[in-house]
Amino acid sequence: MATATSRPMSSDAERPADQPVVALDRVSLAFDDKVVLRDVSFDLMPGHTKIILGASGSGKSTILKLILGFWKPDDGEIWVNGQRIDTMRESELMSIRAGIGMVFQEGALFDSLTVGENVGYKLFEESRMPYDDARSRVEEVLGFVGLHDYIEHMPSELSGGQRRRVAIARAMAAKPGLILYDEATTGLDPITAMTVDEEMIKLRDLEGVSSIIVTHQLRDAFFVATHEAVREGARHRIVPADETKSEEAEFIMLKDGLVAFEGSASELRASKEPYIRSFLS
Amino acid sequence: MFRLLQEWSKGAVHEVQEYVFLQGATVRGATSRPYYYRDIVGQFEEIGWGSLTVVLLTGFFTGAVLALQSGLTLDQFGARPFVGRLVSASMIKELGPVLTGLMLAGRVGSGIAAELGSMVVTDQINALRALGTDPVRKLVVPRVLAGFFMCPVLTIIANTVGMVGGWLIAVFQLGVSSGTYWHSVVDGLYHNDAWMGIIKPFCLGFVIVSIGCHVGLGARGGTQGVGRATTNAVVAASVAVIAVDFFLTRLLVTLLY
Repeated sequence: MATATSRPMSSDAERPADQPVVALDRVSLAFDDKVVLRDVSFDLMPGHTKIILGASGSGKSTILKLILGFWKPDDGEIWVNGQRIDTMRESELMSIRAGIGMVFQEGALFDSLTVGENVGYKLFEESRMPYDDARSRVEEVLGFVGLHDYIEHMPSELSGGQRRRVAIARAMAAKPGLILYDEATTGLDPITAMTVDEEMIKLRDLEGVSSIIVTHQLRDAFFVATHEAVREGARHRIVPADETKSEEAEFIMLKDGLVAFEGSASELRASKEPYIRSFLS
Repeated sequence: MFRLLQEWSKGAVHEVQEYVFLQGATVRGATSRPYYYRDIVGQFEEIGWGSLTVVLLTGFFTGAVLALQSGLTLDQFGARPFVGRLVSASMIKELGPVLTGLMLAGRVGSGIAAELGSMVVTDQINALRALGTDPVRKLVVPRVLAGFFMCPVLTIIANTVGMVGGWLIAVFQLGVSSGTYWHSVVDGLYHNDAWMGIIKPFCLGFVIVSIGCHVGLGARGGTQGVGRATTNAVVAASVAVIAVDFFLTRLLVTLLY
């Protein structure tokens, strides 16, 4: 791992395709005596999906908080879009976060804002985009997640699945190159969870967005890994992915803060490791 | 026992440290860009206009009861015409700022702690940070500015309606003429009293709102944590109003008189 503060891929536009969007190098974190992560390392390549599995409290969501710079690791390095972020100050992290979208567990929508204001928050408040352009982008992304008619609704008027989809729309509104999903389908019924899964697949395959998905919903994890979105004229379809595409989605399984497994969906299914077998069963 | 004391001291020092850090960040946020103008205007309206009714009622009845009580006492010395002097001096120097502060602690301090606490436990604060917004600039700075500038305005209003309340009692209950009352009100006031009455609410407004923000942003543990934060904010802000008033009075008496 390089020790300079900037890897030779800092610009999204100029980043070579073989350089990782996110890289964790021997990251460790503990709160008092409790070790949350120990020597966790992985790379996320552009346009790929990394799926982090593990039991509750295994440190899955912690990884996302570290990538966003909410917390600092005790040890190790974290690189996002070619810049080392674990040594950055809060003010410097703001520009890094501009290139990342985050979907929180319960959506974390702003109660006092309408769906449209939530989705366009970053464009209205944190960019110089003209209002009309921002408004059209909001309508576009709400159309993408199938909630165009809800633009003036308040979050409290939405169902759980709709809230997650609005959260996805908010995360993608500013066209980030990376989206982090924290238990985006937890607590949803299978049909609604499927619509959320399809949004993740569409963003990855139609918009080229890299993603890290934290979940303990195996069905959703395998669905996202083994399906792809294909465009058919103005429409799109979700179809089973070919072998090469399926291999692009990498699984990481955490156990007590350690990486217990790293590999593709087929390798995960074939694993004989007792902990993984018990998790999959 | 010693260990308990040690734990408590550590917790108290940590709390003070966090409060000081937050105030440092607030000062930085208030003196540098970006500013969230809509939020600032919204908070001036929420804290200023929204607290007007409670401040009007409190000020009016305080002035009225002050005239009523002091009228009885002044009668013993044949000094009933001086009731205006007592009302104005008491309201402007002490009761106006303190009672307005206590009302704001109850209404605004609790509201801020509950709102920010809810945002913390539902991840909305983290969502703000993830969207590239500094929560201190967006949420704390507008509230602190509004508290700092609106508390004096509300105090002046409370003082005014308090003297009107005193006037009504003086005229209709104590039989003092309007002219005598208002002449007495003006006679009882000195420049230094006015300075004391205007400096105090700036400090009290800052303290009330900054405590509400600090306690709200420190909320942990779901809805129960939000409830705890709300109670703590009201208790801490109310005690702080009385304590800060004492120390400020001590300081201002030394400096102004």
